[in-house]
Amino acid sequence: MTWLVAVPVVLPLVGAAVSILAGRSRVAQRTVGVVVLATTTAIAVVLLVHVDRSGPVVAHAGGWPARIGIALVADRFAALMLVVASVTLLAVLVYAIGEPGAERNHVGFQSVYLVLAAGVALAFLTGDLFDLFVAFEMMLTASYVLLTLGGRREQVRSGTTYVVLSLLSSTLFVTAVALLYSATGTVNMAVLAQRIHTLPSGTASAFAALLVVVFGIKAALFPFFFWLPDSYPIAPSPITAVFAGLLTKVGIYALIRTQTVLFPAGSRPGTLLLVLAGATMVIGVAGAIAQDDVKRILSFDIVSQVGYMVMGLGFFTVAGVAAAVFYMVQHIVVKTSLFMTAGLVEHAAGTGELPRLRGLLRTAPVLAVLFLLSALSLAGVPPLSGFVGKLALVEAGFQSHAAAIVAVSLAVSLLTLSVMARIWSGAFWGAAGEPAEPDGGEEAVARVGRLGGPVWMVVPTGALVACGVAAALAAGPLYGLSVRTAHDLMEPARYVHAVVGR
Amino acid sequence: MSIVLAATAAILFASGTYLVLQRTLSRIVIGLALLTHGGNVLLIAAGRWGRAPIAGTGRARSFSDPIPQALALTSIVISFAVTALLLALAYRSWILTRDDAVEDDVGDRAIARAAGPRPGPGDDERALVHDDTGAGR
Repeated sequence: MTWLVAVPVVLPLVGAAVSILAGRSRVAQRTVGVVVLATTTAIAVVLLVHVDRSGPVVAHAGGWPARIGIALVADRFAALMLVVASVTLLAVLVYAIGEPGAERNHVGFQSVYLVLAAGVALAFLTGDLFDLFVAFEMMLTASYVLLTLGGRREQVRSGTTYVVLSLLSSTLFVTAVALLYSATGTVNMAVLAQRIHTLPSGTASAFAALLVVVFGIKAALFPFFFWLPDSYPIAPSPITAVFAGLLTKVGIYALIRTQTVLFPAGSRPGTLLLVLAGATMVIGVAGAIAQDDVKRILSFDIVSQVGYMVMGLGFFTVAGVAAAVFYMVQHIVVKTSLFMTAGLVEHAAGTGELPRLRGLLRTAPVLAVLFLLSALSLAGVPPLSGFVGKLALVEAGFQSHAAAIVAVSLAVSLLTLSVMARIWSGAFWGAAGEPAEPDGGEEAVARVGRLGGPVWMVVPTGALVACGVAAALAAGPLYGLSVRTAHDLMEPARYVHAVVGR
Repeated sequence: MSIVLAATAAILFASGTYLVLQRTLSRIVIGLALLTHGGNVLLIAAGRWGRAPIAGTGRARSFSDPIPQALALTSIVISFAVTALLLALAYRSWILTRDDAVEDDVGDRAIARAAGPRPGPGDDERALVHDDTGAGR
């Protein structure tokens, strides 16, 4: 079973190499991409089932002991995130293949995308902090390339800001790793968890705060969010979708992992995280209200939603962390499908600017349904999955007697609904396609087809929306899994035992 | 020795931070390179001092700690790759705009437009005419 842990990292990397070698044939490249990601998804599901039944699976690279070697650890949290990430990556890859356009036809697209997948998998599975840095670099370097593929002027402009900011946070990460190593003599998370008790609590708190800054930049937490709404909307639709769904959430994953496993209860920055979470929610939704372009609105909304997950972590209770985990799982799926729908809207109407959009409900009713399901879930309307996540967060908040942050989160939720309603009434209501599309509704219907877009763009979007709805239908078992995950995270003894072996 | 390394890291971080805060892209790239070097020096300084760990025999304590050196090596390779990518982006930016300055983002420009003094009627046309005559000469 242990060898299986390495496959989700190694297989996409091998796939990336094969994809470059098969550069002459688009069909071969696409086959490699889809097969690799489908296999990864299957393995992730197997891992999750196994880990949930019989505890964490650990692979020590080269047989070195955990203190000095590289360990890959699949526990419930890692396996769960891996499943969600693989499903999302697969859906977006099919969407990218289905989208007619120049960028995704670039010879390197498939292989860079697979490197991104490998980086994401490594970030989830790694058991040591330096390896986490390497995983982030793999993921981010791939994302720099995907963001600027095509080299248009606005891509270069926003790409530069994005690369500089990410590199800055990576440097801070290396600095934090260096300081932790000199203080404890290890970078393995499980061994660190054992040794960090020996540090003075002030030093441990400083490390916790430093890691909050590092992962705060990657997760677009207030006050480090400003790079996100500027860079994400510029990329091609499939790229924006996968960035929006996954990249910030990998930052949140690292934040949750390090804050719960590494630091003892006394040195966790709970209040700091709650304040940052509240500010992130409010600033994000305020930015979304001010924007006019669908992708920019949704990008600011990512920032706002990041606040909810950090809020769950900030309570540092099993209920809070369970809510954060559940929220993350459903949010990745919902947010990605929302961005995929936004891409379809741009494709159908030729623009994503709200003042120029109208009447898509008539020309593309399928898109309207897809958008509505995701948007209502995002705003937390019952009975969709976003509602379950928010309900769990609110309950955890009341258990921790944190009424202020609960009030903020509910108000922001209401504002999110109003933002989604604005997109809905702007893009989908009204007479069919007057300003953007001079020809009448009938011709527009003929142009975008009955589905509202190319088949292989609509099908993966529909599949992901269905996954989001399924998360609501299976909310009971999924929430049970989240609670078990949160138990693991809040009492890391089992994790430590599995990695260190004694 | 480690005070020398600590001072080196501090100087690298300080000058790197100063350069990153500049407006021109080439300075930012150099600043980031200095910052990553600072991080690498700090990584090296995190380990124990001693003889080279790959040669000779002796007590384990007499050798330097190889782990931070391996980590620093990895980190150097990564920062090298990303700096190369950033330089390529800077070059592309220069090709496209013929300017080394970092451009404002879309939101900043929108705010500047909304907040700035509104141009009087005909201002735009005059600017255009001026441009045209300038180009004509």
